[in-house]
Amino acid sequence: MSTSSITFNRRAFIRTSSLASGGLLIGFNLFTACKPKVQPPVDISQLNFNDFNAFIKIADNGAVTLFSPNPEIGQGVKTAMPMLIAEELDVAWKNVYVQQGILDTENYTRQLAGGSQSIRLGWEPLRQTGATARQMLVNAAAAKWGVDPSECTTSEGVITNAKGETLGYGDVVREAAALEVPENVTLKEPKNFKVIGTDAPNVDIDKIITGKPLFGLDYKVEGMVYASVLRPPAFGKILDSYDDTKAKAMPGVLDVIRIGEKAKELSKEGVGNWTVAMGKSDKVVVIAKTTWEALKAKEALSATWVDDSTLESTEFQDKQLLGLLDGKEFQTLRKDGDIIKAFSQADKILERTYESPFLPHNCMEPMNFFANITDEKIHLVGPVQTPEFAATAVAGMLGRDVKDVHLEMTRMGGGFGRRLYGDFVYEVAEIADAIKKPVKLVFSREDDMTAGTYRPAIKYRIKASIKNGQVTGYQLKEAAIGGNMYGLIPNFFPAGAIENYQVDVANYQSNITTGAWRAPYTNFLAFAEQSFFDELAETMEVDRIQLRLDLLEKVKGTTDERIQYSPERMQNVIKVAVDKSGWGKKRDGVFQGFAAYYCHNSHVAEVADVEIENGMPVVKKVTCVVDCGIVVNPLGAKNQIEGGVIDGVGHAMYGDFTFMDGQPQSQNYDKYRLIRMGEIPVVESHLIQNDLAPTGLGEPTLPPAGAAVANALKAATGNRFTQQPFSKYPELMQVPTKAIIG
Amino acid sequence: MPKYEINVNGVSKNVDVAEDTPLLWVLRDHLDLVGTKYGCGIAQCGACTVHLDGIAVRSCSLPIASVGGQQITTIEGLSENGDHPVQLAWKEVDVPQCGYCQAGQIMTASAFLDNNPNPTSDEIKTAMHGNICRCASYTRIHKAVEIAATKIG
Repeated sequence: MSTSSITFNRRAFIRTSSLASGGLLIGFNLFTACKPKVQPPVDISQLNFNDFNAFIKIADNGAVTLFSPNPEIGQGVKTAMPMLIAEELDVAWKNVYVQQGILDTENYTRQLAGGSQSIRLGWEPLRQTGATARQMLVNAAAAKWGVDPSECTTSEGVITNAKGETLGYGDVVREAAALEVPENVTLKEPKNFKVIGTDAPNVDIDKIITGKPLFGLDYKVEGMVYASVLRPPAFGKILDSYDDTKAKAMPGVLDVIRIGEKAKELSKEGVGNWTVAMGKSDKVVVIAKTTWEALKAKEALSATWVDDSTLESTEFQDKQLLGLLDGKEFQTLRKDGDIIKAFSQADKILERTYESPFLPHNCMEPMNFFANITDEKIHLVGPVQTPEFAATAVAGMLGRDVKDVHLEMTRMGGGFGRRLYGDFVYEVAEIADAIKKPVKLVFSREDDMTAGTYRPAIKYRIKASIKNGQVTGYQLKEAAIGGNMYGLIPNFFPAGAIENYQVDVANYQSNITTGAWRAPYTNFLAFAEQSFFDELAETMEVDRIQLRLDLLEKVKGTTDERIQYSPERMQNVIKVAVDKSGWGKKRDGVFQGFAAYYCHNSHVAEVADVEIENGMPVVKKVTCVVDCGIVVNPLGAKNQIEGGVIDGVGHAMYGDFTFMDGQPQSQNYDKYRLIRMGEIPVVESHLIQNDLAPTGLGEPTLPPAGAAVANALKAATGNRFTQQPFSKYPELMQVPTKAIIG
Repeated sequence: MPKYEINVNGVSKNVDVAEDTPLLWVLRDHLDLVGTKYGCGIAQCGACTVHLDGIAVRSCSLPIASVGGQQITTIEGLSENGDHPVQLAWKEVDVPQCGYCQAGQIMTASAFLDNNPNPTSDEIKTAMHGNICRCASYTRIHKAVEIAATKIG
């Protein structure tokens, strides 16, 4: 989920081909999708058609099909990415049919969902592709009429010449397919957009509301069997032996096998990112005729496990992390000035520690995948955010050529980062390779929650010095499980705003697998930092909004290329949020909290309104202002904003996941609380209108939500929440009598 | 294994499954009606909601042996052309993000509105509280139920 900028040639590579069935197929690659090692070819005529990872198909009858290259996890790219093509192709959105593209493992690495980057990186190349196709169609029509292409205009799939004669795209598509691919096509000015900026409903809406098969769990082929996997009951345990006598006697059970050897080889070879839950242990697999029979027979297996490493408990991990914060072993990720000097000369010092638990992803569709492996082909179907990665790893694991892999992506019942990791793909591949039958691996909810790649528990300690009414020093220490913050995160606000500034990180390597979780690191860092700034303003006795605006003022004109947030855009979202939320206008019984944050290249400010109901503070409303540049699909954008804010509020309030002797203490929704309908705030969203290139939206509204709520809870209760989830500290939720009276 | 004759979406079906098999898996694996989703298996998330004689039930925790002759309605049978007022409202509001939980949400909402065609906002919240949406499309679910109510009520 790297957010680092990628240098890419802004031109999309395009090639055309006539279709046997008539019509034109335009293959293009999102050049942003190329691996760094892949050099752009000098002569595109040398490329084969399968070197392209996305396609436009225009049939003789003018029907347009766009193949969306990136996986759909609920973030809306299956709708929004084709909108970019349709805009420049100049076809009516209602006449476009969108299909999920398949994986091309040869050259591309960006065919993934993660880091809120699909639209940002697809912005230029997708429009270039649409515009190139349009130009070819125009050139074909102009040749037919014997006029200059510049005399022709297009609208909604129809080409018109100066005399008013018209040709549909379908009328000239055969001729167009034979033409040279034009270079240097002109893209539309934003003011002329007809598709971009209009509300486009989810392209799969009809299938979703009628229950059509769409998801990996719905995929089925003739003769398919089902697999359920018994994994270690705790992190730190590995399989010793098992008894399958009972399980094998159960109805529908076809076989019980042991897997793990191949996956361990994969691990040794270092193929792939081995953040795979319980990857060190062998596993026992029940193969059955139906899902239920497989899940039930798994319960009838008995196994013995041996301790392979420390069986960690939450209390133990807390001590490790606090020990790291108290210690001296840090890696410094950014250092400006001299914080030791700033702290020694300070009038006042504020230091706070913020703590967060592990979090499971809890995609509503549990992990699952289909595989059918023959000597000719490795057929993989299912929901994965990193299809290319999974295909390469499976090929490596089985000692096969990656060209044997045919991977089809299904719509995903949520991702949130969990499906970046292909553990379930490797598992099903090993199973399919062993049984030589088409097989679907299905995780039960318990499997899904206990064999996770969790958001790691993290603790932040922030220390700031105040001298003569100014913030003179700022030190952020991170102690995290697994890894640490990455990329440009150490250079986010307040980097550049404070003369003496340092970010230090340390990590504890636990045997509990961790990974990306919607807005990695920033999902909690934003809470720590924006809670801290609120308290800092209180300590300095200055206005909390003004403090942020003043600090941002100091960043203006920076020449530091590591600083990619814009102080102007951040100040703007803050001011708009203040205005739209009625900030500072006292209303009886309403307590507000503020937070602003930049991540995934977008700027966001949020205000949470807390009211007291039955003596308890309740989050009633969140005003969210987002600057993500041009909004491709406002309807989808609003959905992402609402979802991100509520997800952020929900996990800050309720998300808790503890371990005892290596075993997750929550295994299903009876012990894991997700926010529900009765607990949601109203989300009022405001999108800043500008003509700047679009940036991420799947993640950036989540991080500030927790801080906005914590700051509002402070206003309501007088208490500071420094640990998540807030619901774990009911004593802090007590509202003083005067607050109830208002 | 015992044989059961059940009525799904107005059609009689014969299935040959163990008596403790949850209706959910009978629908999904035996009858190929995959619109009804598996989420938790313990009646906590609502993804598997279907109607049993018009009442919303969690099919993941309903053994086939207890179904009897009751009429089962799944998302596939809620309307012939996907034009039940609740489905139309879902489309009008563009409710789904990932979409996985939405069949269960629609089935809960439609049974609720059958019994209470003119609900208050709080009644909607209470009725829908048992259905989890991990993408948190809750505000739009609420709005869609309100819109559907105006068309039904």
